[in-house]
Amino acid sequence: MSARMGSMRVLPPLGARQRPWRMVERNVLAYRRTWYVFLSGFFEPVLFLLSIGIGVGKLVGKLPFDGHLVDYKQFVAPGLLASAAMNGSLLDTTFNFFVKYKYSHTYDAILATPLGTGDVATGEVVWALMRGAIYSTAFLLTMVAFGLVPSWWALLVVPVAVLIGFAFAGAGLAGTTFMRSWVDFDYVTLALVPLFLFSATFFPLSQYPAGLQAVIRLTPLYQGVVLERALVLGHMQWTLLVHAAYLAVMGAVGLRVAARRIGRLLQP
Amino acid sequence: MDPLIEARALTKRFGGFVAVDGIDFVIRPGEAFGFLGPNGAGKSSTMRMIGCVSPVSGGTLRVLGMDPAADGAQIRARLGVVPQEDNLDTELTVWDNLMIYGRYFDLPRAEIRRRAEELLEFVQLTDRRDSRVDPLSGGMKRRLTIARALINEPEVLLLDEPTTGLDPQARHMLWERLYRLKQDGVTLVLTTHYMDEAEQLCDRLVIMDAGRIVAEGSPRDLVATHATREVVELRFGRAAEQHAALARVRTLAPRVEPVADRLLVYTDDGDATAAAVTADGVGAASVLVRRASLEDVFLILTGRTLEE
Amino acid sequence: MSTPPVVRVMEREARVLARLWRGMVFSTLLSPLLFLAAMGLGLGGLVKAHTGRVAGLTYLDFVAPGLMVASAMQLAANEAMWPVLGGVKWMKTFHATVATPITAGEIVVGYVLWVVVRAIGASTVFFVVAALLGAVPSAWGVLAIPAAALCAGAFAAPLAAYSVTLDTDLVFPVIMRVGVLPLFLFSGTFFPLSQLPSGLRPLAAMSPLWHGVELARGATTGTLHIGADIVHVLVLLACVGAGFAWGRRTFARRLTS
Repeated sequence: MSARMGSMRVLPPLGARQRPWRMVERNVLAYRRTWYVFLSGFFEPVLFLLSIGIGVGKLVGKLPFDGHLVDYKQFVAPGLLASAAMNGSLLDTTFNFFVKYKYSHTYDAILATPLGTGDVATGEVVWALMRGAIYSTAFLLTMVAFGLVPSWWALLVVPVAVLIGFAFAGAGLAGTTFMRSWVDFDYVTLALVPLFLFSATFFPLSQYPAGLQAVIRLTPLYQGVVLERALVLGHMQWTLLVHAAYLAVMGAVGLRVAARRIGRLLQP
Repeated sequence: MDPLIEARALTKRFGGFVAVDGIDFVIRPGEAFGFLGPNGAGKSSTMRMIGCVSPVSGGTLRVLGMDPAADGAQIRARLGVVPQEDNLDTELTVWDNLMIYGRYFDLPRAEIRRRAEELLEFVQLTDRRDSRVDPLSGGMKRRLTIARALINEPEVLLLDEPTTGLDPQARHMLWERLYRLKQDGVTLVLTTHYMDEAEQLCDRLVIMDAGRIVAEGSPRDLVATHATREVVELRFGRAAEQHAALARVRTLAPRVEPVADRLLVYTDDGDATAAAVTADGVGAASVLVRRASLEDVFLILTGRTLEE
Repeated sequence: MSTPPVVRVMEREARVLARLWRGMVFSTLLSPLLFLAAMGLGLGGLVKAHTGRVAGLTYLDFVAPGLMVASAMQLAANEAMWPVLGGVKWMKTFHATVATPITAGEIVVGYVLWVVVRAIGASTVFFVVAALLGAVPSAWGVLAIPAAALCAGAFAAPLAAYSVTLDTDLVFPVIMRVGVLPLFLFSGTFFPLSQLPSGLRPLAAMSPLWHGVELARGATTGTLHIGADIVHVLVLLACVGAGFAWGRRTFARRLTS
C-alpha cells in the first residue's frame, strides 16, 4: 500500500502539472484521423430535439413552468443538453476507459513513461470534460438558432454542462475501478437509460405519482436538468445552488474513490 | 562501476501467490543481461518492477541509483520498455505513435520528429509511417515497439520476451538491431524462454524457476559449470521402449534425463557414449550427438524443459 | 436426421447468449419498456391534455407499436455490427465455423435468423407488457410480433453483410448516430409522418422501419389495409433478400480468401 501511494505521490518537480495534458494531446491526435466519429457525437441530442422537441412538441403544445407557459421544445431542449453531458462523460469514463486499459493496453504503454496512474486518470477526465464542453457549446448554439434561448443566463449553460460531466465522470471512473469484465457494463446501461428518460427530461415532475416525484428529486441527472432549464429560461433562484452543490460533491467523492483504487487497477 | 540496477531479496506477491521469491541480481552499464526461464518463472513480474509499473512487495530494488517507489517517474524517463505483448496505440498511425510517445517524455516536438525519422529508418519502417498500426505484421509491430521505446534515448532498454511469436526471419532481424544497440552502449535487459536467444544476446544471465534464481553467469560459464561438454539424444519408436531403455542407458553414463520424446545422455565424449549405446543394443531409433546448451543447464537444474 | 447447418450456426449463438443473458435483459427488454413508460405514459399524459388523440389514437396506442418495432431494429443493428466484426476480427469465431462443413453463406443466414429469433423474443415480451398497459386495442395485435421480426431481419441482413467487410469498429457508432437513430426518431415512431416537412416525407417513407411500424400499428389497432400491408411486407422481404445475397458474397470473401 505504502509503495503504491509513494509511486503516485512523489513526482519530479518539473513538468508534473502538464502531464495530464499529454493524455488530452493523445486523444486529440487519435480523433484527428477519425474526426467524423467526433462530429457524429454532436448529432444525438440535436436529433432528439428535432423529433421529440419539435415533432412530438406539436402534439404537446405549451406547458406551465414556474407560473408561465413555455413551448414544449423549449422545455425539453435543456433536458437534452443535460442528458448529453451525462452520457458523454459516463461513456468516456466507463466503456472507453475500460477498453483502453483492459483490451488495447493503451495505458500500459503510457505508464512505462514518466506519466503515472494519476496523470492518466486526470487526463482522461479533463478530456471527457473538454469534449462535453465542445458538444454542449454546439448544442447551445443550435438552440439559439432555433430561438429556444430567451435568457442571458444561458451563458452559464456550458459551465453547468461541464459540472454535470464532472459529477458523472467521478461516478463513472469510480464505478469502472470495480468492473471485472465488460459484462459488468450492463449496469451502466441500466443506469443510463432510466436517468435519461425519467429525470424530468421529457415531461415535468408533476406527471409522476407523488411517491416517485420524491425519488426523482434525489437522482443526479435531475439536478442537472433543473439547473440547465432554469438557466435557459432565466428562472433563477437561490435553491439552484443546492443542485449545483449536489453535482460538485458527487464528482469530488467519485474522483476521490477512483484515485484511491486506480493505482492498484492499472499497476497490479 | 556502479550497478545500473540492483536487487536484494526482491519479492513480488499477488495476494497469497508469490511470483518473485527473494531474488538478488546486479546489472552493470553496457551489458546485455538476461532472465531465462519458462513461462510463470517470475521474469515478467521482475521486469515490471524494474520498469516502475508494479510496486515491490519486499526486499530492495534500486534502478539508476533511485528507488522505484519514490522516483518512478524520473526512472521511467530514462528507461525504454518493450513489453511482452505489443501495446501500440491502435488508434494512431505509426508516425503518431512515435510522436505522442515522445510527448509523454516531454520532449520538444522538433526533437521528436528528428528522432522519429531516424528510428523509423533504424527499424526499417520509413515507408509505413502513415499506416495505421493494425495492418502491420507481427515483426513490424515489434520493431515499431522497439523504435517507440528508443524515442527518449534510454540508458536501459527492457525487453520482455522480445521475439516470442515472431517467425525466424523476423527474429534474426530483431536480434541484429538489438546487437547494434548494444554496440552503441545501451544496456539491454531482457527476458526469454528461448535458450538460443539468451545465447545470442546475453553477456550474462540468470536462470529463473518458480520465482527464484537457480543459476547465474555467462552462457558459456553456465554450460561449463552445470552441464557436460556434449549430449547424446536418443529417440525411440514408442514411449514404452524409451521407458524400458532408461535403466540400461543409466549404466552407461553418469547423468541421463528423460524428457517427453527422448533421453538426454550427458557426457564429455559424445561419440564414445553414442558408440557404447549402439553396442549395448539399447534399440534407439535415432542417436544424435550435440554440444550442451542452456536448455540442458535448465533441465539439469530443475528437471524440466524450458518449453513446459 | 442431421441438424441443418444454419441451425448449427444459431446454436452457437444461443450458447453465447446463455452466458450473457443479463445484458440482454437490460438492453433489449428493459430499455424498450422504459421508453414505453416514459413516452407512452409520461409524454402521453401531456399529449392527452393538449391535443387528445394522434391519428385517431391515444398517444400510448400510437407510440407502443412504433417503439416495439424500433426496438427490434435497434437490437438487429447492434447485433449485426460489433458481434459480426468480432466474429471475423477479434474472436474469429466465424473463421472457426467455416473450417467445419458449414459454408460462409450458411453462416450469414444462420446468424441473421438468430438475430430475428432474438427480436421475436424481445418483441413478445414488449407486446405482453404493452397489452397489459392497454396499448393493444385489437386482437390482430399479435401480428405486430412477426412485423417486428421481419423488420429486424431487414436491418440485420444488409448490415451484417457490410460489417463483415470492415477492419475497425470506428464507423459503428457513426452508423448508430447518423443512420439508426434518425430512423428511430423520424420513421413515424413518435409522431405521424404527416408532421414532417413535405420534402422529407418521401425520404422517411423509404425507411424500412416506417414499413415495419405501419404494419405493426395496423395490427395493434386493428386497421389493416391489405394492399398497403402487402407492399410493406414486400419491401421488408426485399431488404432481407438483398442483404442475404450481398452477405453471401462478403462473408465468402472475408472468410475463404
